[in-house]
Amino acid sequence: MTTELLIWLIPLPPALAFFLIVLFTNRSKMLSHTLGVGAAFLSWLGGMVIFARALGVEHLAEHPFESAVNWLATGDSYLKIGVLLDPLSATTLFFVAWTIFMIFLYSVGYHNFGQPEGDHDHAGLPPHGATVHGHTVPSVEPMYSRFFAFLALFAFGMYVLVVSDNVLTMFVGWEIMGLCSYLLIGFWYGKESARNAAIKAFMTTRVGDVFMLLGIAFLYSVTGSLSFKDIFREEVLHALASVPTGILGLSAAGLIGLLLFIGTIGKSAQFPLHVWLPDAMEGPTPVSAMIHAATMVSAGVYAVIRMFPIISLDEKTMTFVAFIGAFTALFAATIAVAQNDIKRVLAYSTISQLGFMIAALGIHAYVAATFHLVTHAFFKALLFLGSGSVIHGMEHGVLHTGNHKVDPQDMFNMGGLRKKMPITFWTFLVGGFALSGFPVLTAGFWSKDEILADAWAHGHTIVFFTLAFAAFLTAFYTMRQITLTFLGEARTEEAKHAQETPWTMTTPLVVLSVFAVGYGWVGMPHWATGGLVPNWFHEFVGSMLHEHAEELAFNIVPLATSLFVALGGLTLGYFAYRNVRSSAEDRLQISVLKNKWYFDELYNFLFIKPAIWFSEVFVSKWMDQGVIDGILHLFGPATGGVGGAIRNYIDLPVINRFFGDGSAEVTWWFGKNLRPIQTGRIQQYLLLTLIVIFVISGLLYFLLMA
Amino acid sequence: MEYLNTHLLSLILFTPAVAALIMLFMPNEAKLHRWFAFVASLIPFLLTLVLWSRFDPNVAGFQLEEKYVWYEALNSSFHLGVDGISFSMVLLTTLLTPLAILASFSVTDRVKPYMMLFLFLETGMLGVFLALDLLIFFVFWEIGLVPMYFLINQWGSANKDYASLKFMIYTMGGSLGLLLAVQMLGVLFGSYDLVSLYQNWNALNPGAMLLGMPVATVKSIAFWAFAIAFAVKVPIWPFHTWLPDAHTEAPTAGSMILAGVLLKLGAYGFIRLVLPLYPVEAKIFAGALAFLAVAAIVFGAFGSFGQTDFKRLVAYSSVNHMGFVVLGIAAAGLAAGTTDAHIAMSGAVLQMFNHGLSAAGMFFLVGVIYERTHTRNLDDFGGLFPVVPIYGGILIFTSMASLGLPGLNGFVSEFMIVRGSYQPLTVYTAISMLGLLFTGAYILKGIKKVLHGPMNEHWAHGEHKLTEINIREVIVMAPLMALMLLTGLWPLWILDIINKAVTALF
Repeated sequence: MTTELLIWLIPLPPALAFFLIVLFTNRSKMLSHTLGVGAAFLSWLGGMVIFARALGVEHLAEHPFESAVNWLATGDSYLKIGVLLDPLSATTLFFVAWTIFMIFLYSVGYHNFGQPEGDHDHAGLPPHGATVHGHTVPSVEPMYSRFFAFLALFAFGMYVLVVSDNVLTMFVGWEIMGLCSYLLIGFWYGKESARNAAIKAFMTTRVGDVFMLLGIAFLYSVTGSLSFKDIFREEVLHALASVPTGILGLSAAGLIGLLLFIGTIGKSAQFPLHVWLPDAMEGPTPVSAMIHAATMVSAGVYAVIRMFPIISLDEKTMTFVAFIGAFTALFAATIAVAQNDIKRVLAYSTISQLGFMIAALGIHAYVAATFHLVTHAFFKALLFLGSGSVIHGMEHGVLHTGNHKVDPQDMFNMGGLRKKMPITFWTFLVGGFALSGFPVLTAGFWSKDEILADAWAHGHTIVFFTLAFAAFLTAFYTMRQITLTFLGEARTEEAKHAQETPWTMTTPLVVLSVFAVGYGWVGMPHWATGGLVPNWFHEFVGSMLHEHAEELAFNIVPLATSLFVALGGLTLGYFAYRNVRSSAEDRLQISVLKNKWYFDELYNFLFIKPAIWFSEVFVSKWMDQGVIDGILHLFGPATGGVGGAIRNYIDLPVINRFFGDGSAEVTWWFGKNLRPIQTGRIQQYLLLTLIVIFVISGLLYFLLMA
Repeated sequence: MEYLNTHLLSLILFTPAVAALIMLFMPNEAKLHRWFAFVASLIPFLLTLVLWSRFDPNVAGFQLEEKYVWYEALNSSFHLGVDGISFSMVLLTTLLTPLAILASFSVTDRVKPYMMLFLFLETGMLGVFLALDLLIFFVFWEIGLVPMYFLINQWGSANKDYASLKFMIYTMGGSLGLLLAVQMLGVLFGSYDLVSLYQNWNALNPGAMLLGMPVATVKSIAFWAFAIAFAVKVPIWPFHTWLPDAHTEAPTAGSMILAGVLLKLGAYGFIRLVLPLYPVEAKIFAGALAFLAVAAIVFGAFGSFGQTDFKRLVAYSSVNHMGFVVLGIAAAGLAAGTTDAHIAMSGAVLQMFNHGLSAAGMFFLVGVIYERTHTRNLDDFGGLFPVVPIYGGILIFTSMASLGLPGLNGFVSEFMIVRGSYQPLTVYTAISMLGLLFTGAYILKGIKKVLHGPMNEHWAHGEHKLTEINIREVIVMAPLMALMLLTGLWPLWILDIINKAVTALF
């Protein structure tokens, strides 16, 4: 099979699985998950084959695998869409394929496949457990098949995005994921919070999407093409950079870049469109992993990396990008330290880490951003799946004690889980250390260090210090999380009865933890390895740029900073939370942080309430029913008025009274007044006749003769 | 065969009307009437497929033309013909009518006249799309109103009298200027033939005097006479308020056809008559048209979001979607002759087709649930997804097509319109994005209120238990959904025909 054909086929298995499950197999849980996992496996296999072939190509960036077909008729020509595999998409494909496959496998266990049906479970609500021989055990998810269908569609969207050779299909994949995240966040739609979170996620990202669509339209209008190959040609880029737009002093490239970047702000949950992502935790945990690590939020960063040649043309846009990224990195980290829900900590951590990548892109650290994107995808998927495993274990405890008031996601209800759930603990520790940037061993250290080194080397001091502080907080809240969850003693009865999860859930944890450590080694800088191992990642991804970025020389400042913030944060986190027994003892429960700086309330006041008022009252009541229909309804009375006026002032008085009745009255009057002369006496008639003859003769004579 | 070749268009046009007349003499048996009407409405559809095979998209201008003597004294002839634009609309009409009739199988009240009216309606609509003579165009334009008036007035819901009257009077009132302008053209050139009018009317010296006024002034007035008639029908803001009433009160199948085809007549009028006859005015007034279009897009979306009645919500969505059609038309008028214009116009025509599919589908789905619950109030539903999972899936799918989700049909056409209008009408296009954003809001509101959330126990058990969508109803939806998906994935199947016609025309 040619590589091009294989690339075309990669997104196909999940799409087929979606349709097959929805149309045919939704009644059989077994068939549905076989289809889902099987499809993920096939795409994974195809992805690996392609990745291997891509590695074998010299100068892949100049000679990528590509193929395109006509898709849209546009006047005399056609818009083509197609697939492309260059170093960037190959790198992305690698981690996407791995994480997606692992998430599919994990979902089988997470949704309790093989367990009995619940006693009182409803579609649309999380399973509540079933009673077997007097014991309460976890029950299987009532909408098990549907979950795999949605997940498969999600995977399809991500694969489409990755293998696209043009902005349009990239956007298509992007939006399909948007739909799936809506469906999956609202998976347990019976919960009010879940359905609100789903809508919030969809609408907030859509704010970004419409800007992005506008950017695509603009790009397409000025370049006449949307395929990466055409729009990244030197002369096109040059033209884009030199055309002013008159908006904010930006060049065409700057404005296009800005519009596309706003799309990313939505999708990658950057400030100020970050609000949807923590609420997205309402979805089942594999979904969180899918959204937060493997696919959707990565897609936003991927889009910026992909469009980097255009975005990087205008320094104003780049400054904006760097600012948003750095600010978000710090801002989200401050919220993460005060969260008690194990998944919400990770959610804010994701926002913060994405900020790192965005900030890196804003300071032209292309390779470092890509590197962090990949390593983050691995260790954050690991952490989310790990937290899901913890919650699952805790739910077991809750079912055991029957006390459903205990929130299995609240870290203050946990503690000491390392003994009950060893595999989960060790893998979570690996993930957590990678996230904190634990020196040398973990992938997160190398990628984060590279970003800091880039910022320092190119003189972006503010970005450097902001990110360094954010990295410190990251290590701190990660250790807080690990300490509260796994270390110490169990704080509740439920935590004492937590159980390790089945192999379908732990296998993905182990596999991902391998990458959370090992992936760092492919991108170790020259100074660390002494040149024994080439910095493969830098060479491979760096070849994407027209001007090949030189690897940075060694500098002690960023390295020392990295070491200090990672180790310092971890240590502080451990000692601060080692002996904390309840949330009341936690000194970081500051209300402004707990309430996420009150952004939800602010947006509700500024946008949501006015929009509802505008729709329901202004447009519907006042404008349409009031003014417009009011004017229309005037036509009725007005027509009636004109008709009435004609009748009352013309028809009735003039025509009826005057002409109609009037002529009758005149006739009647004459009749009445002439009656006296109709006496019936013949002499009188003759006399009258004589008088008339005289009068007429006289008149004739007078008129004719005179 | 030979007869079929030479009379194909008139066969498509008159089969429904003839079938309706035959029904007049049929015994009074509801089942027979339903099936007869359904089968009869399939014939024009099959003939349209024949038309498709005979149709050559690469030929510019009209094809399969037919011309008969009609009104000799006025020099108006019965002239029919199709090009790529009208073909797509004929296909839409002949496809939706059988589906609408199938959707009406649940109607039990006076089935015979109901079905007859539908068949007459089809002839009326097809006539507009096929006519190449202004007078014929106008005749069919008005004929279509009558069956629809009675359908709303006799088979509608609570507020039907008000809605049907508003619909009838408003559309007729709007058409008065059109009638006058058509007469003026006929008097000036002694012919109503569109093909010759295109040339003669545009060949007039703009500086010359006509009816005591400069030609340019006359043309401007005539332009608005045409434009307002079509604007009411589309409808463009602020002429849109008849639409929510008419759509909401009409019976389900009536709403399907109203939204699916009748609104397209207005947009088609712009494309077939206004732009070719008034290229200069279309350029001058493009900004005004775009302003009204964007107002329709934005206020339509907000209006839809503000509704509590499910059917009204869907009705307002038509205002929003048709606004994009007009935006594309305005851009095409402004940038005539450029690639931008071609893309915008192809997008507009495709959007008409797409909206026909998704709006008909949405109205049908509202009808399905209304028929079972006898309420349209969004607050009366809630959490119905587990009760009716198949219906829920279909509703989400169709809603997403309506929302313009990439991968489904609406996105392709909206993208083309945005792309085509971006350069000529940048600011308006940018503002229209606000409407696109709120499209999401109202669609999700509908899904949230009907399917999601805590289950409304009222519909879950006992005598009120909601029954799942039945086979007949699924059959109505299946072709629509298949086409939504096909157009989303591979739009060229229809877009190629549209695009070639548009490129040749504008």
